[in-house]
Amino acid sequence: MTVAAEKPRGMAGAISDVFFARPQLLTLLLLAPPLLWIGIVYVGSLFALLLQSFYSLDDFSGLVVHEFTLSTYEQLFDGSNVQIIIRTVTMAALVTIASAFIAFPIAYYAARYARGWMKALFYLAVMMPLWSSYLVKVYAWKLILAKEGVITWFAQILHLNWLLDGILALPVIGGPSLSFSYVGTFLVFVYIWLPYMILPTQAALERVPANFIEASADLGAEPGQTFRTVIFPLALPGIVAGSIFTFSLTLGDYIIPQIVGNSRLMIGQAVYTLQGTAGNIPLAAAFTVVPMVIMAFYLWMAKRMGAFDVL
Amino acid sequence: MSSDGKTKSPVGLRISATAGLLFLHLPLFFIFLYAFTTEEKSFAFPPPGLTTKWFGVAWNSRPDIWPPLYLSLQVAAIATILALIFGTLAAAALSRSKFFGRETISLLFVLPIALPGIITGIALRSAFDIMSIPFSVWTIMLGHATFCIVVVYNNAVARFRRLSGNLVEASMDLGADGFQTFRYVILPQIGTALLAGGMLAFALSFDEVIVTTFTAGQQTTLPIWMLSELIRPRQRPVTNVVAVFVFLVTLLPILAAYYLTREGEHTGGSSK
Repeated sequence: MTVAAEKPRGMAGAISDVFFARPQLLTLLLLAPPLLWIGIVYVGSLFALLLQSFYSLDDFSGLVVHEFTLSTYEQLFDGSNVQIIIRTVTMAALVTIASAFIAFPIAYYAARYARGWMKALFYLAVMMPLWSSYLVKVYAWKLILAKEGVITWFAQILHLNWLLDGILALPVIGGPSLSFSYVGTFLVFVYIWLPYMILPTQAALERVPANFIEASADLGAEPGQTFRTVIFPLALPGIVAGSIFTFSLTLGDYIIPQIVGNSRLMIGQAVYTLQGTAGNIPLAAAFTVVPMVIMAFYLWMAKRMGAFDVL
Repeated sequence: MSSDGKTKSPVGLRISATAGLLFLHLPLFFIFLYAFTTEEKSFAFPPPGLTTKWFGVAWNSRPDIWPPLYLSLQVAAIATILALIFGTLAAAALSRSKFFGRETISLLFVLPIALPGIITGIALRSAFDIMSIPFSVWTIMLGHATFCIVVVYNNAVARFRRLSGNLVEASMDLGADGFQTFRYVILPQIGTALLAGGMLAFALSFDEVIVTTFTAGQQTTLPIWMLSELIRPRQRPVTNVVAVFVFLVTLLPILAAYYLTREGEHTGGSSK
């Protein structure tokens, strides 16, 4: 046993002996650089941002007054700003529900029926759109939704102009063309975040034990009953986990409504314009607190529903 | 009986699953199609004619494309290297021992992708303002590395968990010191996971736009160039040519990463 210890092992050996004797020291040394990075660069910046939301903007000079005040938060709950918040939260909720509906059959098929190469194909078919360029995907929809674009053409071929015109004529969600309407914004959001919903839903469905379903059938349940009382409740944490992403990402996005949408702002756009052209960093910071608070509440709810076990 | 996977799936399910997948993939086809259209002023469908001239135009007579491309490659390369170092360290530390606050710290490492990108962006922006740091390649890189760490960390931590402690102990018993054990036992085991994480990080950084608009100042990365072309189009098909290029540049690392991590991560159809 002592042979190895007697060999001359030089510096490297001596250092590794120290670490072997004190494993905590090594953990600490490994952890320090990344923790400092995240701690200083990221968390530090977040705190700086939060701090800014308690400052205010002097209306006359346009300069930030570095004194503690809640007046910026008063502004946040002003009529038009509340409108922006309600609009964004509604959009996020609708996008989440629609994603769940479209994602479920894909996840269900992939989890319960796809085997072998089909399984790999399904996995890749979801992973590729998830990771491929965000901006390219948004651009694709700009092409499709344009007035002279693909959808209009198909509507003409199928004699469905009346339907398209009807949708565009609707009061709030319509507009001059799909690429300048809430319908368009909604479609693009659903498209871009859909993979985030499919993957956790599928993961939850994969974990539903096959013998539960057999037991349910043996006990006389119809397939529909089995689905409602066994499969769906067990898949729900996965859907909730997916909804964390679809909801959070929609709340904070400002590129999609800028490219496909009308001139009424969403939270992300408000933050962007406030910090940029308006130079009102305090109000912009206060606006970012909204998604943070909503997400903190959402995550707390999701944790209670067991969504984190699926991630 | 439909649970054993041998019986056929219901028709309705097959149709809606197929429709869902088509919805996910069809739109990208139009990016390719419009790179060949002869119409440069609108998105007219069907394209009035097809041509390959835009690839030549993008290559020869649009010098505004190249500096953003170089900047994006530069940023992605630096961010990936930093993310590999920090992400691996974090994964190694958090998977090798249990200690107080471990859960909080692992939550901290995924926070940059759990919170909307705009929050990361404006937080960094205001921090730069407060400390009067001028915008440069390094400010962009700082933001990118922060969320790329998460990607590498996720990949590495999954592999570290599967890494058997017995192998490390055996290596020590046979007289290897810590560094030798790392070099000859641990590194070969986690190598592919790191490579995969690095590629995903590169792809993520290469087309990131939300955080970048806040940390770039006047600099233009390729996604920012694309964004400005989307808002104020010049030759639309040229934007498509670049989009096709960006799509391929991000697609290849993703496929490679999938290939490198496919075994083990993905045990098909297991029901415990």
